[in-house]
Amino acid sequence: MHRRDFLKTMGVATGASVLPFLRYLPAEAAGRSDTLVVIVGDGINSLDLHRKGTNRPSYQVTVNIYDRLVRFGVKKLKDGTLVYDSTKIEPEIAESWTVSKDGKALTFKISPKAKFWDGSPVTAQDVKWSFDRAVSLGGFPAVQMKAGSMVKPEQFVAVDDKTFRIDLPQPSKLTLPDLAVPVPIVINSKVAKAHATKEDPWAAEYLHKTPAGSGAYKLTRWDPGQQFVYERNEDWALGPKPGVKRVIVREVPAGATRRALIERGDADLYMDVPAKAAKELKEGGKVLVSGAPIDNCLHVLGLSVTHKPFDNLKVRQAVAYALPYKDIVSTAAYGRGKPMFGAKAATPSSIDWPQPFPYDTDLEKAKGLLAEAGMASGFETTLSFNLGLADWQEPTALLIQESLGKIGIKVTLDKIPGANWRTAALVEKRLPMHLENFGGWLNYPDYYFFWAYKHGHLFNSSNYKNDEVEKLVDETMHMETSDPKYAANIKRLIAIAFAEVPRIPLYQPYLDAAMQKSVGGYASWFHRQLDCRAISKT
Amino acid sequence: MRTKLYQIGQRLLQAVPPVLGVIVISFVLTRALPGDPAVYFAGIAADKESIEQVRKALGLDRSWIEQFFIYAGNLLEGDMGISLNTGRPVLEELMTRLPASLELTFTGLGLAILVAVPLGVLAATRPGSWVDHLCRVLVTAGVSLPTFFTGLFLIYVFYYLVGWAPSPLGRLDILFISPPHVTGFYTVDSLLAGDWETLGAALAQLALPAITLGLFALAPIARMTRAAMLGALASEYVRTARANGLSRVTVLGTYAFRNAALPVLTTLGMVFSFLLGANVLVEKVFSWPGIGSFAIEALVASDYAAVQGFVLSMALLFVVVNLVIDLMLTLIDPRVGVEV
Repeated sequence: MHRRDFLKTMGVATGASVLPFLRYLPAEAAGRSDTLVVIVGDGINSLDLHRKGTNRPSYQVTVNIYDRLVRFGVKKLKDGTLVYDSTKIEPEIAESWTVSKDGKALTFKISPKAKFWDGSPVTAQDVKWSFDRAVSLGGFPAVQMKAGSMVKPEQFVAVDDKTFRIDLPQPSKLTLPDLAVPVPIVINSKVAKAHATKEDPWAAEYLHKTPAGSGAYKLTRWDPGQQFVYERNEDWALGPKPGVKRVIVREVPAGATRRALIERGDADLYMDVPAKAAKELKEGGKVLVSGAPIDNCLHVLGLSVTHKPFDNLKVRQAVAYALPYKDIVSTAAYGRGKPMFGAKAATPSSIDWPQPFPYDTDLEKAKGLLAEAGMASGFETTLSFNLGLADWQEPTALLIQESLGKIGIKVTLDKIPGANWRTAALVEKRLPMHLENFGGWLNYPDYYFFWAYKHGHLFNSSNYKNDEVEKLVDETMHMETSDPKYAANIKRLIAIAFAEVPRIPLYQPYLDAAMQKSVGGYASWFHRQLDCRAISKT
Repeated sequence: MRTKLYQIGQRLLQAVPPVLGVIVISFVLTRALPGDPAVYFAGIAADKESIEQVRKALGLDRSWIEQFFIYAGNLLEGDMGISLNTGRPVLEELMTRLPASLELTFTGLGLAILVAVPLGVLAATRPGSWVDHLCRVLVTAGVSLPTFFTGLFLIYVFYYLVGWAPSPLGRLDILFISPPHVTGFYTVDSLLAGDWETLGAALAQLALPAITLGLFALAPIARMTRAAMLGALASEYVRTARANGLSRVTVLGTYAFRNAALPVLTTLGMVFSFLLGANVLVEKVFSWPGIGSFAIEALVASDYAAVQGFVLSMALLFVVVNLVIDLMLTLIDPRVGVEV
């Protein structure tokens, strides 16, 4: 063996042994000052978001270990809570970008500071290969890319090593923000291609277990079903240096155990706390609870307009007047929800979304509407909900059942297991009355309407169809918000949603995290995952 | 010895039809479950087209018969398929998780035997005494307390309030790294590696979940021991032994207990089987990365390969456990033959 090879091997060996020696460090050094212990309920199942079958919790890996062309900024709410800012787009791999005059070409200059973990510079060819992959592998990533008008590889052009261009069929306000969501990651294409095979041209099997990126953290250990560990990438230069050196994410399936761990101080951060625990932890005062309403997300009661009697507008409105909104927010959401009822005017005065609907609990009015619909004596129906989300859906369904009983609507509850839910509610759309919780990653009202009110679209579980909505959404989707017609169109869309109520909003949910007082910099994100890069620990 | 080996071979051959049956039934049952894995795994915002893509990629667009023969063919090559839920081969998943579950089950069962058998024997020799009452209380508590409750209660008292137990975070505390893999049992592996520190940590993590399981397993064993001992003590051979002036120890140990051990052993086999099932809740509460929580998650996600793999491995395990129990019975009592 040559001396140089020997030294190289030694380097690798010491690098790899950093973790195994963890137990020889004093507990304070290893467990506390620069290590963050995070507990989550659901484990990850892949390190590659583009792969088929990658579950939602796995997105957090992508967020932390890969870079994107651009990222969203962070803002501070009045109560001091940090939350991502959908209006502020910051450079990441792209140091700058320009939009062509006709708006149909976006050109990005790649930062010379962007380097993959193996030290090679990020090039436009890497970006192109990664984007080609995102639109070619199908499934959810392709759908998300499509939202930004990116559907085929020909749209992505590597002009030279440091210049990358996206050609669009039409100018769209959604393209740039869609580049900041977890999907369009930049992968080290040289490493990936070396592991691609004929059957697997996009190296899905390799990247599933071995990430190759440029992000602020590297993934050093993954014990499926137990834990994974991030280590800071000391060479990362695309943003402020992350505050913690090592992040250990442990899976703890039982909610009661998670709560005991955070209260005892054995975990630093508890991600995605259920509303009940969030409220009680906040009142307990031992730990900090940080949370913000999730942008563009609503918990709604869906009424399928193709099922009798909900095809009758008066019946839908009667239901909207008979819901116990206050009780739902206080006892089903434990106060961790922004009320979405009780607006004074029947038409919207602003383009804010979501905003309160002009309904409130008014049983007399509800009875009157039912009588007008010719159903004064009420009717029988079923209310379906997802057992996988029973923590808020079960109490909500019980409250609705009780309240509708008062106006003569006899409701039977139908619990559907999580695995069957999507088929029943979203694909077959066969549930007359059901609870639903869509949230759009891109924070525009027209984006919400595109998914939830357009006919045949996935989250339109109410089978709602309105020609005016179809036309308005198509017209507004790609329009700039500065366009004079934008506000008028949005107001009209919201007015239709107010009047027709195929989806009755109950409240806007919060995303809550509980953490020790020593943890700072936590921000709440639209993708509902932990971004460790801004976390610090004292 | 030759006849014994022949008998074992016979028993193993007899296990073939049930295992084949399990393969077919688990295949059909998973398919008959409501829920569509293609929809589930296509992701949060997948449309019809991408769902069809996923269906095709998973091979679910083929007929059941075709799918079954592909599955059976792969099984013959030792390939149990890939778990969609965890993204890893089912075999690998079972190999890492089964030792975790077995370690927990064996420890729980061991604790239960250590307490239940002496307790049952004492209760039988002194019916109506305080030991008998204690036995009755423990048996009632063990039967009536659900495992997840016992688990949460133990965590609350010994971890949350008193702080004696380590954090309920699976098989090892965050600061420890698993010992080099030999058997997959952390206690055994750390002993083999001579790593006392890790052994201590693994035992500490094991204590609460094992006690939880042990409390649950204690009831049937203690009851069975007591009943069998009572039967044996009332028998004519014990009366004869006593009348012949044999010592108390010989009467109890050799004559009574040896005969009472037969039903107790049979019960142990059954208890072991249902402990593996009862594991699920304990594993959830203590974040134990075992086979039970894996199966539940697979079931929720309609992860066919994983569910089938789990059912199959359980079937094989039961075959082995029953065989071992039967062999032990022949050792204790030569009257029991292995032949059926």
